[in-house]
Amino acid sequence: MNALAALVQKDLILYFSNRRAILITLAAPILIAAFFGAVLGGPPKKPARVPVAVVDLDASSVSKSMVAAMKADTAFALEESSEPEATARVREGKVRAAVAIPKGFGDEATRALFRADAKRPQVTIYYDPSQAVTLALVKGLLTEHAMKAVSQAAFSGETGMKVIADSRAALKTSPAIDEGERKDLLSLFDSLERVQSRGAAPGASRGLGSQGFSMPFETRDSEVTSGGDRKYNAYAHSFAGMGVQFILFMGIELGVGLLLMRRVGLWKRLRAAPVSRTLLLGSRIVSGTLIALLLVAGIYAAAIAVFGVRIEGSVIGFIGVAIAFALLASTFGLLIAALGRTPEATRGIAILATLLLVMLGGAWVPTFVFPEWLQSATLVVPTRWAIDGLDAMTWRGLGIDAAVFPIGAMLACSAVFAWISMRRFDWEE
Amino acid sequence: MLQATDLRKSYGANAAVAGVSLTVNPGEIVGVLGPNGAGKSTTISMMCGLVRPDAGTVTIAGDAVGEDASAVKRRIGLVPQEISLYEDLSAIGNLELFGALYAITGSVLHERVHAALELVGLADHARLKPATFSGGMKRRLNIACALVHDPDVLLLDEPTVGVDPQSRNAIFANIESLRSRGKAIVYTTHYMEEAERLCDRIVIVDHGRVVASGTKESLRRILPATQVRRAEVEGPIDDEVLAFLAAHGLVVREAEARGSLEDVFLHLTGKQLRDAP
Repeated sequence: MNALAALVQKDLILYFSNRRAILITLAAPILIAAFFGAVLGGPPKKPARVPVAVVDLDASSVSKSMVAAMKADTAFALEESSEPEATARVREGKVRAAVAIPKGFGDEATRALFRADAKRPQVTIYYDPSQAVTLALVKGLLTEHAMKAVSQAAFSGETGMKVIADSRAALKTSPAIDEGERKDLLSLFDSLERVQSRGAAPGASRGLGSQGFSMPFETRDSEVTSGGDRKYNAYAHSFAGMGVQFILFMGIELGVGLLLMRRVGLWKRLRAAPVSRTLLLGSRIVSGTLIALLLVAGIYAAAIAVFGVRIEGSVIGFIGVAIAFALLASTFGLLIAALGRTPEATRGIAILATLLLVMLGGAWVPTFVFPEWLQSATLVVPTRWAIDGLDAMTWRGLGIDAAVFPIGAMLACSAVFAWISMRRFDWEE
Repeated sequence: MLQATDLRKSYGANAAVAGVSLTVNPGEIVGVLGPNGAGKSTTISMMCGLVRPDAGTVTIAGDAVGEDASAVKRRIGLVPQEISLYEDLSAIGNLELFGALYAITGSVLHERVHAALELVGLADHARLKPATFSGGMKRRLNIACALVHDPDVLLLDEPTVGVDPQSRNAIFANIESLRSRGKAIVYTTHYMEEAERLCDRIVIVDHGRVVASGTKESLRRILPATQVRRAEVEGPIDDEVLAFLAAHGLVVREAEARGSLEDVFLHLTGKQLRDAP
C-alpha cells in the first residue's frame, strides 16, 4: 500500500470507528430531515382542508345557501358557531379564519347587486395573523359562493321579485337618468320579472334564475414536479438541506481533527516522513471526499427506502452533484484547519459559519420563501448550489444540464478553498 | 553519520537556537541536555527536516536533510516528545501506517512491524488499540513507530516522560540494543541520571547555545576538584573508619547505601514490565 492509500485508509477507519461522528453526521440528519419533511408536507397527499368557522347572523335563504355551498367546498373544513366562540377559535389557532355574515345580508346584498347607491352589507372576516395567506383564500372563495347565492336570489323567488319591484320604483323617480336609458332599464326589469315568473311556476325547468351566477370557468390543478404521476415529496428538500448541513459538520470535524493531530505531535510525525505537503493535505481531501460521499449515500438510502424520496431527474447528474459537494465539504474542512488556531475556538467559529452557510443556502427553508434581494444575494453561497442541485435531480426531475452549473460552482469553490489552504497552512512545527 | 553544523533558528526576536553543532557516529548515543526552553526540541526538529534552519546544515552520511519528500528523511527515525499515536488504530495499524509512509510494503513491512513490536515488548498486544494501553506501553509503541522503517539515525525527544521505572528500564534496554546494532542516536532529556546511564557523549545546551560537550568524564572535570571529588570504597565502613576520616577533617554526611533509589525500587518490585492495559 502506498503512502496516499495508507493515509486515506487510516482516515476512513478512524472516522467510521467514531460512534459520535456517525451519530452526528448520519443519524442526526436523517432524524431532523424526517421532522422537517413531515412538518413541511411529508409524502405526496391531497391538499389539506383549511379550517374555517362561519357565523350566520342573517339566517336568510341567501346566507343559508352560502353556508351550504361553503360546506360543500373541499377547500374548507367548515364549522358553524356563534361569533364569540368563532373569534376564540381563531385566537386559539384552532381555525384559520371566521366569517361573520351580518343580519340583513340577504336583502341588502341582493339589492346592492342592481343599485350602486344601495347599502352594501359588511361581512367580517376574523383571521389568524400568523396565517395571513389564508385571508386571501377565504375572501376569494367567499366571493364565489356569495355571488352565486345572491344572484340566485335576485333572479328567483320572493326576494328577487321584491328587489326588482323596489328597483323599478326607484328608477321611475330617479332624476339622474335620461328617458332613453330609463326606458331600456325598465324593459330589462320586465324581462327579469318574466324569467322570475316562469321559474316560480310549478314544473318549471332549472334555468339561470334558479341557479344564479356561476363561475364562468373551471380550474384543473396540476403539480409541476418531475412530470408523470409523481407528486411533490417534502422529504426530498429536507433531506437535501439536512444532508448538506451535517456533511459540512463532518468537514469541520476533519479540520479540527487535523488541528488536534498537531497538538499531540502526530502531524509532526507525519511531516517527518518522506512525503510531500501536497500528499499530506491531498490525502485529507481524498479521505474527506470519500467520507462525505458515503454519508450522502447513507442519508439518501434512508430517504429513498423509508421516506419515498426518488431521484426523478438524471442519476448521473445526482452523482455529479454529490461528488462535487463531497469535495466542497472536504476542502471546507481543510480550510478550517488552515485558518484555525486552537481546536476549541476553531470548532465554535466553524459551526457558526456553517449554520449561516446552510441557512442562506436554503437548507432550513427553501430559498423561494426568501425576499427577492436575498434570493439573488445567496447565489454566491456554495451551499445554495448544493441544495438546488440535489433538489433539481430529485423532486424537480430535471436533466443533467440542470446539474452542470451547480457542479461547476461547487468545484470552483473547492479549488479556491484548497488553494487558500495550501497557501495559509502553517507548516512550521 | 549525523552532522549538524552551526544550527540557528529565531522566532521573531527570540533566538531559539543560536549556533548548535554536534556529530553522532554509528553505534553512539549523544545526549542533548538542557533545561526547559533551552532549544533541544527545536534542534531535533531541524535535524529531521520539520523546521527549516535560519542558518546551518544537517547532513546524514554527507547528504543534506531537506523538507517534504526528501529521500534522506528515510534514514531518520523521530520519536516526538508527545505520545504521537492514533489511539483508535491498533498497535499494528499504527506501525503499518508509519511503515507505509516510508514506502515499506508487503512482507518486508510485515517483518519490520513484528520486529519493532518484539523489540519494545508489545508483540502480545499487537491487535489492541493504544487507547487501552498504560502510559509506559504507549511510550514504547511511540518508539516502535520510529523504528519500523529501520532508520540509521534515531532522534529521541525526551522519550521517557511520565513512565514507570519498569518501562523506563525497558526503554533504556531498547536504546542500548539499538546502539549495539550501529544506530546513531540523539537523546534529549533533562534527567541527568538518564544521560549518565545511556550517553556516550553529552552536549549541554542553554539559551540555544552549546555551553559544554564531551564525555561524562570530561564534563565532570569542568568542576573544581575540591568541590566534587568522591571516592568509592570497597568493604565495610565501620566506626573505626569513620573516626579515621573525622581525624583528617572530613565530615561524613551520610552513609549511603549502594545503588540509587531506583535500584532499590527495581530490586523490590522486579524488572518485569507491567503491561496489563
